[in-house]
Amino acid sequence: MLKADFLKTAWPEPGKRIWIGKEVNRIDGVAKASGRAKYTYDINRPNMLWGKFLICPHAHARIKRIDTSQAEAIPGVRKVEIVQGEGSEIVFHGDEIALVVADSEELAVDGVRAIKVEYEVLDHVVDETNLDQIPRGNRRPGGRRRTGNVDEAFASPEVVTIEGQYGIPMITHCCLESHGVVAEWTGDDELTVWISTQNVSGISGQLANALKIPAGNIRTICHFIGGGFGSKFGPDRWGILAAKIARELNRPVKIMLDRDHELLSAGTRPSGFARVKLGVDRKTKKVVAWESTLWGTGGPGGGGTSISVTPYIFTRIPNQRREAYNVRANVGPRRAWRAPNHPQGAALTMTALADAAAALGVDELQFFLNNVDLTDRPDVYTQELLIAADLIEWRKHWHPRGESGSGPLVEGLGISMHTWGGRPHNSQALVHIYPDGSVDVQLGSQDLGTGTRTVIAIVVAETLGLKPEQITVQIGDSRYPPSGASGGSTTVGGVSSSTRRAAVDALEQLFEKVAPSLGVEPTDLVARNGRILSKSKPDLSVSWKRACRTIGMEPITGQGRQPDPEDQPLASQGVGGVQMAHVVVDKDTGVVRIKRFVAVQDCGLIIDLKTAKSQVYGGVIMGIAYALYEECVHDPITGRRLNPNMEFYKLPGIGDVGEIIAHMMVGKVTVTAPDGRKITIDYDEPGVIGLGEPPVISPGAAISNAVANAIGVRVPRLPLTPDRVLAALAGKGGLA
Amino acid sequence: MNAFEYASPQTVQEAVELLGPGWQDSAVLAGGTDLLSLMKDGIVSPRRLVNIKRIRGLDRIELIGDVVRIGATVTLEQLLRDATIAARFPSLTQAAAGVTSPQIRNMGTVAGDLCQRPRCWYFRAGFGILATGPDGEPLVPAGDNRYHAIFPEGQAYYVHPSSLAPALIALEATVEIHGPQGTRELPVEELYRIPGSNNERELNLGPREIITAITIPANGVKNATYEVRQRQLLDWPLATASVALRLSGRKVVSARVVLGHVGPRPRRATGAEAVLNGAELNEQRIEAAARAAVQGARPLSRNGYKVQLAQVAVKRALASLA
Ligand SMILES: Cc1cc2nc3c(=O)[nH]c(=O)nc-3n(C[C@H](O)[C@H](O)[C@H](O)COP(=O)(O)OP(=O)(O)OC[C@H]3O[C@@H](n4cnc5c(N)ncnc54)[C@H](O)[C@@H]3O)c2cc1C
Repeated sequence: MLKADFLKTAWPEPGKRIWIGKEVNRIDGVAKASGRAKYTYDINRPNMLWGKFLICPHAHARIKRIDTSQAEAIPGVRKVEIVQGEGSEIVFHGDEIALVVADSEELAVDGVRAIKVEYEVLDHVVDETNLDQIPRGNRRPGGRRRTGNVDEAFASPEVVTIEGQYGIPMITHCCLESHGVVAEWTGDDELTVWISTQNVSGISGQLANALKIPAGNIRTICHFIGGGFGSKFGPDRWGILAAKIARELNRPVKIMLDRDHELLSAGTRPSGFARVKLGVDRKTKKVVAWESTLWGTGGPGGGGTSISVTPYIFTRIPNQRREAYNVRANVGPRRAWRAPNHPQGAALTMTALADAAAALGVDELQFFLNNVDLTDRPDVYTQELLIAADLIEWRKHWHPRGESGSGPLVEGLGISMHTWGGRPHNSQALVHIYPDGSVDVQLGSQDLGTGTRTVIAIVVAETLGLKPEQITVQIGDSRYPPSGASGGSTTVGGVSSSTRRAAVDALEQLFEKVAPSLGVEPTDLVARNGRILSKSKPDLSVSWKRACRTIGMEPITGQGRQPDPEDQPLASQGVGGVQMAHVVVDKDTGVVRIKRFVAVQDCGLIIDLKTAKSQVYGGVIMGIAYALYEECVHDPITGRRLNPNMEFYKLPGIGDVGEIIAHMMVGKVTVTAPDGRKITIDYDEPGVIGLGEPPVISPGAAISNAVANAIGVRVPRLPLTPDRVLAALAGKGGLA
Repeated sequence: MNAFEYASPQTVQEAVELLGPGWQDSAVLAGGTDLLSLMKDGIVSPRRLVNIKRIRGLDRIELIGDVVRIGATVTLEQLLRDATIAARFPSLTQAAAGVTSPQIRNMGTVAGDLCQRPRCWYFRAGFGILATGPDGEPLVPAGDNRYHAIFPEGQAYYVHPSSLAPALIALEATVEIHGPQGTRELPVEELYRIPGSNNERELNLGPREIITAITIPANGVKNATYEVRQRQLLDWPLATASVALRLSGRKVVSARVVLGHVGPRPRRATGAEAVLNGAELNEQRIEAAARAAVQGARPLSRNGYKVQLAQVAVKRALASLA
């Protein structure tokens, strides 16, 4: 059938949106809450085997000897695969040495325990807090940058100089569902993998290389995932091994990482430390000079320290001199962690700026407002700073740093700002309309818990004049048209664009079928409220169900893609956000509590306000986690990770996060700037922009600034644990 | 987890008979909230588990004359909700409330809480209760000891994890123990010992002995527990203080002050008690007692902050009674 191409794909005007921008419940909420939703962990196949890894207990060692004979002798152990054999150098605690595949999970564990490995233990580096003490060989230059003339700026009598040091430690993703896979061969060269992944459409290709079978013969399934945060894009060693051994033994194989293995090996966020010197003009209170030495570790391979994000956002400081170092350390290897590099950038920049404000005796809010023109989006930040200040009641609660009363419980406020891209990824969608009136939509995408399913349903429903619950969303299977990996806040823009186009295409085809029976032109039709109506003859209409009877035997298939060079863009990129924290600190115990946390965020046109806010809550909670609790503790003597568990790798509970206010910038917003200028911005206009990363960037800095405001001194590094808060109060704060 | 036998006797007598002469032979299973993790991590591998939860009568809290008797398998949740306890021993109720996980409180038992093994991350990683490296050297002093003892004893740097024990010691409680030789009683204060090697245990309890009850004299002492924790979510205290005062008006007739999570055994702060005995309970005295409580502390490289936390805990526990 010829595509008529007469409907516009552009998003409906503000007053005409039925679902878009409203608070719509997750369509999979009940399935998740009731346990009907099946995660990879829940997949069990007939005759399935379990795999467990033996992991290296040393931070750095060479394998001298491996004896697997006792493991192999255990009845029910089917295979012992050596992953890294004799002579291999192991560079972090937790790396895989061998895999045992057995009839049950327990037998596999027995097998792992029965393997004997002799190691030659080698020297390790696990502490990167002191740049000068890191062995030369483990320290690589990570770039130098220069703008303007820093020395001249600092030398000027008009310039006040403020120095500080700041740190944000290495943390892990700590996905509640660990990494893992179930692999089952359905033919000689046909494989199905259920895998906990952020990349449903991209796994098959990666596996095909390793297995030497056509990618099209591999079916990847992931209907629900218990967290990825950037660590689940590939099949990983376990995915490839599961598939290989399943083929060899002709039985399905399941491997899910144990909690310690997950925390040790499945990804870390690189640490960041910086010595910063700031110059601020005495009169204008504008930042005029920045000098920084930045370092951090991304694990044994180094990397992960980006010179381009420090200073963060305030990139237009006229005079800058920066240098960066990458430290190679015997700690878990890095993987992308929600907004790579940005949380570090914020934690090392916004803190220094707040310290400058405090040193100059300037209100932190005024200071940030006064310096927004050093950023790329001064108007957005001005609006967001003022709105956030209202929500946190800045005027009522702010006090100069440390002037917080005499009791042990003191309060403080702090600010941070951030940015992110969030461009749409590539995506293809199919929308089917069936003769019985049912509708489904298919994409090889995935819902990381962000609400992707719901967003897709909303877009189809909005386009076809139906309700979201009438739409069957089929994602999480590589048999559907490919969609990009969900990383970098690219999903919502990608899937909403392709879905919209597919739904419009399907609707045009339906109109072509229905029009003759109504005696009008297809272009005269609209779909609204479960009916197809004529624009020119308002009483002429037919119900959706009846309209669909005209389809005939075969369903209508609408196709949509992103990008679509023949259509105008429906999504875009580039957002700003401002966050403010209100904390209470017990000065006697050093315990920090969040009283209120305000997150003001722009993300273009919002499809589902409810899941968008949910994203912000989740990001903020994850941020509170690394601000107050999370860190990987390494033993200085053995180099081992001491807390690969959820007992001492601490995350907050619901009682620890305080009141969180998520404020989304939607539609046209007008705010009067401090200089009296009226600023108006239409936040919907750019179209849809991703939101996964932005809200997690600022909490570390905002909370650190609030604590400094409360107790009068800077706690130099995160997390802000009682020992560090007390040390800072005693004048002994350091990067350790 | 290694394979093991499972027994579920109906009487204390049977249970004792099912236990073996060595720690590796068998273990008493109560709520299992600690024991099962130890077994899964390969830290202990008993050949037989003897479940004591089916033994009748061990799960009751009774007031008998002027003694409160708490059965060994009373859960932390039962303890938390018990009115007899709340009226007489708020100190215990507060300690139970500090275990902020309903799951752990519903499974974990009072005797299990007293007998649980230390959470020292070296011990839990397989370096033994004294946390020794490959050459037998102690790992804790030069290692990461942020959660370890500020009152180490001998080679023991771990802290005892029980929150109930300090409160029970302050209240002069006694444990009732059944073994092959019959029944004996032991003050909770004497339940703990310092192991001389990685093969020894930290309890003055034999492998064939079972705690059947805890008895507390209900003698009208005012009591309270204060715990310093970082999180509201289930989290180990960084330091705790349990206090019990016999008061006459504002005057302290006698005081017991016990610190938790600062040493390998709950620590009687006798210095603080001396400051309080015979004195009026006022702000200065409380300050002085709190200072005295941490006198002689020997913090390690990373846990100096716990000295202050212990002091604050004593201060706040006492202040709540003033
Ligand atoms: C994350 C986390 C945080 C926690 N926080 C706290 C806290 O703040 N404060 C606190 O006090 N506890 C805390 N707990 C510990 C919890 O209270 C204990 O695990 C629980 O009380 C143990 O009781 P159980 O019945 O499950 O013991 P089990 O696991 O069954 O047994 C523990 C040990 O005691 C022995 N045992 C049990 N009963 C007897 C008996 N009657 N006679 C002789 N030996 C016996 C067992 O053989 C075993 O060695 C925490 C636990 C976790 C996992």
